[in-house]
Amino acid sequence: MISLTINGKAHQLDIDPDTPLLWVLRDELHMTGTKLGCGMSLCGACTVHMNGAPVRSCSLPLSAVANANIQTIEGANSAEFNAVQQAWRELDVVQCGYCQSGQIMSATALLQTNKKPTDEQIDAAMAGNLCRCATYHRIRGAIHQAADNLGRKA
Amino acid sequence: MNFLNNQRVKLDKNSSLELSRRQFLRATSVGGGLLIGTGFVSVALPVNAEASSDAPVFNAFLKITPDSKVIVAIKHMDMGQGVSTGLTTLVAEELGARWDQVEIEFAPADATRYNNLFWGAAQGTGGSSSIANSWQQLRSAGAAAREMLQAAAAAEWKVPQAEINISNGVISHGKRTSEFGALAAKAAALATPQKPVLKDPKDFQLIGKNIPRKDSAAKTNGTAVYTQEIQLPGMLTALVAYPPQVFGKVKKLDATKAKASPGVVAVVEIPRGVAVVAENFWAANKARKLLAIDWDLSACETRSSDELFAACHELASKDSHVLESKGDAPAALKNAGNIISAKYEIPYLAHATIEPLNCVVKVDKDKCELWFASQMPTIDQQEVGKVAGVKPEQVKINSLYAGGSFGRRACANDYVVDAAQIAKQLPGRAVKMVWTREDDLLNARYRPMAVHHISGAVADGKAIAWQHHAVAQSIMRGTPFEGFIKGPVDGSIVEGVNEMHYAIPNLQVQGTEIPIKVSTLWWRSVGHSGNAFVIETFIDQLAKAAKKDPVALRRELLASEPRALGVLNLAVEKADWKKTLPAGVTRGIAVHKSFGTWVAQVAEVRVNADKTFKVERVVCAVDCGVAVNPDVIRAQMEGGIGMGLSAALGEAITLKKGVVEQTNYHQYQLMRISSMPKVDVHIVPSAEVPSGVGEPGLPPIAGAVANALFAATGKPITKLPLGDKV
Repeated sequence: MISLTINGKAHQLDIDPDTPLLWVLRDELHMTGTKLGCGMSLCGACTVHMNGAPVRSCSLPLSAVANANIQTIEGANSAEFNAVQQAWRELDVVQCGYCQSGQIMSATALLQTNKKPTDEQIDAAMAGNLCRCATYHRIRGAIHQAADNLGRKA
Repeated sequence: MNFLNNQRVKLDKNSSLELSRRQFLRATSVGGGLLIGTGFVSVALPVNAEASSDAPVFNAFLKITPDSKVIVAIKHMDMGQGVSTGLTTLVAEELGARWDQVEIEFAPADATRYNNLFWGAAQGTGGSSSIANSWQQLRSAGAAAREMLQAAAAAEWKVPQAEINISNGVISHGKRTSEFGALAAKAAALATPQKPVLKDPKDFQLIGKNIPRKDSAAKTNGTAVYTQEIQLPGMLTALVAYPPQVFGKVKKLDATKAKASPGVVAVVEIPRGVAVVAENFWAANKARKLLAIDWDLSACETRSSDELFAACHELASKDSHVLESKGDAPAALKNAGNIISAKYEIPYLAHATIEPLNCVVKVDKDKCELWFASQMPTIDQQEVGKVAGVKPEQVKINSLYAGGSFGRRACANDYVVDAAQIAKQLPGRAVKMVWTREDDLLNARYRPMAVHHISGAVADGKAIAWQHHAVAQSIMRGTPFEGFIKGPVDGSIVEGVNEMHYAIPNLQVQGTEIPIKVSTLWWRSVGHSGNAFVIETFIDQLAKAAKKDPVALRRELLASEPRALGVLNLAVEKADWKKTLPAGVTRGIAVHKSFGTWVAQVAEVRVNADKTFKVERVVCAVDCGVAVNPDVIRAQMEGGIGMGLSAALGEAITLKKGVVEQTNYHQYQLMRISSMPKVDVHIVPSAEVPSGVGEPGLPPIAGAVANALFAATGKPITKLPLGDKV
């Protein structure tokens, strides 16, 4: 039995401890906003927050996240997340959309540690998230816009 | 894809569909029976099934709920190119709807109502044709419903129909107003107008405006439904052990250990491999590793990439089928003093959609149901029908969002058939077949590798001759699409070359197919994806030989192509072509037409002291006729540039003794955000009928970047990918 908290809710899970967090979320808890892309932490489609930091859930076995505090796109609700989501919509960043949960979780984590990132800092923080539709140009713009909106509210 | 009019498509042994001009015209006319009275079946989409129940149906594309939601049926697959926004815009514009009252629903598989009008009787998405083929059809669908609402209001209010105004979601006559929903039932019961009057473009409220995408909300909160998201009662997950090479077969299987693995329900053989069916992904994934399989690889490719390129060069050095001839290129070259020659190599590419391919199938007696993103529903119905032993029309497809496609999902005898082969062995159970990234790259259908040999000549500062021989594997030969091949050679091999837009007086284009035992497919912009690079870099070589500015030579050779000049001049102006760049930065230009849309791109590239380089900015001009949604067009140009740049910089599928060497993204490296340039997109104002934008943004970029590097180093670039150093 492994305990962890997901989006503020405590879970006790009695499943194969090898199971990656991604498949715990998807197959066990039916939280499907977090996506399978590569299974090797190469594309970032599975990005969630663990104790506040972005991690690749496809490569994290359940045993490694015992007692952790996990946040997924379904439960994300910070000021940074809301600003990122809003900017994503204002700029119509998405195309196929499949990678965007992971992009948004990475962007949220960036703004939680850096209120006003430069292009270079955005590129570094988002380097682990692939987008085959290449929406990168708008991702950069949306992160700046989210930072601006947060700055105005602060 | 290059599905053109006036071509014959052979879909299977028993049916061949004649695509004729006449049929095309008939289908595009409103009276052609496409719009009339045929309500669309509600798609069992988890997202909006309830919202659309008991909504009066106006035609195959439009229904309106009692609470005034306008629901538009999307007949094309949305792979991110924006069709759910663009197609909806056409209907909403003519209806007079408010944008925020309009919702989308993916149409079911039914070619009698939802065929691609450019493809005759087949439903499908490709060739950047979605907006183009729907332009009149969907506007007519909206206009017909508008007239029906006007007629219903006129009857209700006892005033002449001509005095009823509909705009911004409100039906009005003087001070009297009504929402759509209040009159929808009465209006939908009326006869459908045979010739609804379309709006004058000057009255457009939505077309041409930057209205927001319809899919942004669901794709930014994790609720958009892709195939992976489907959960059905009792559903099982299947992973397939495929042979290490395509065309391999099972010789010997021992599934004892896999069957004993926790959570495994069944291990079943299918024609292309062995499927482990389990209660969930992880159980299937663990058990798959326990299969002991001997493969028969005797039918598989054995050569390596260098041997394949050598074989292509060998063929390219000999004369072959002449596919286009103008003037006398061989004679002009014989007599010319200044001859330039180049030999090009272009690699295999994978689509590598971030969503690995997958499909949910449930086979029952006399019916079969699928949930996935179907790019060619008509073909999928036929093929699954054959596997499941039911008629094509008994195959129900619930269309979902595609997590990318770029052509990958438009394929016969592929992952959908595999999923059906598994599900038919577990009748009554829904089975979700999931590919891992490794499965997806191994079973990819690659953009063909190619070799081009070109000789050109300049005299008196003019390009006077161009002799071109392209060698590549056919995409369609040996597939159900073989009927599309006209003449001796698959047209995609010379696509863009044989309709050379540059006015070279002596032109000869030869093409040769090379058989290779590797599966290939249309990859975003198909032949144009590599051929534009070849043409545009060779033009710059000719310009240098002619001692001309690359823009000046292009202007000269495009003098009789006003739309080409339009994008060229706009890109040149916006990029300040003549303005001096900072030290270390050079420019390159490329112009190309594909799928009816002209695109010019200027790339600014910085070459560093250590020979690494970075594309800093791309200025893009596009002429796609009427710009239905300028922001979606910009997005497609940005995305086409990004994907084309990704391929140009670092993508290549290579073979070692026939085995694909790239298994995951660490070996097949897609471009990351740090390499994405700034992109400025400019749209040429136009009243021409709209053409597509999904693919045309991609072809020019590799050439534009290579030309900038050529300007920096003076060394011609004839090979992709470029790598990270010049």
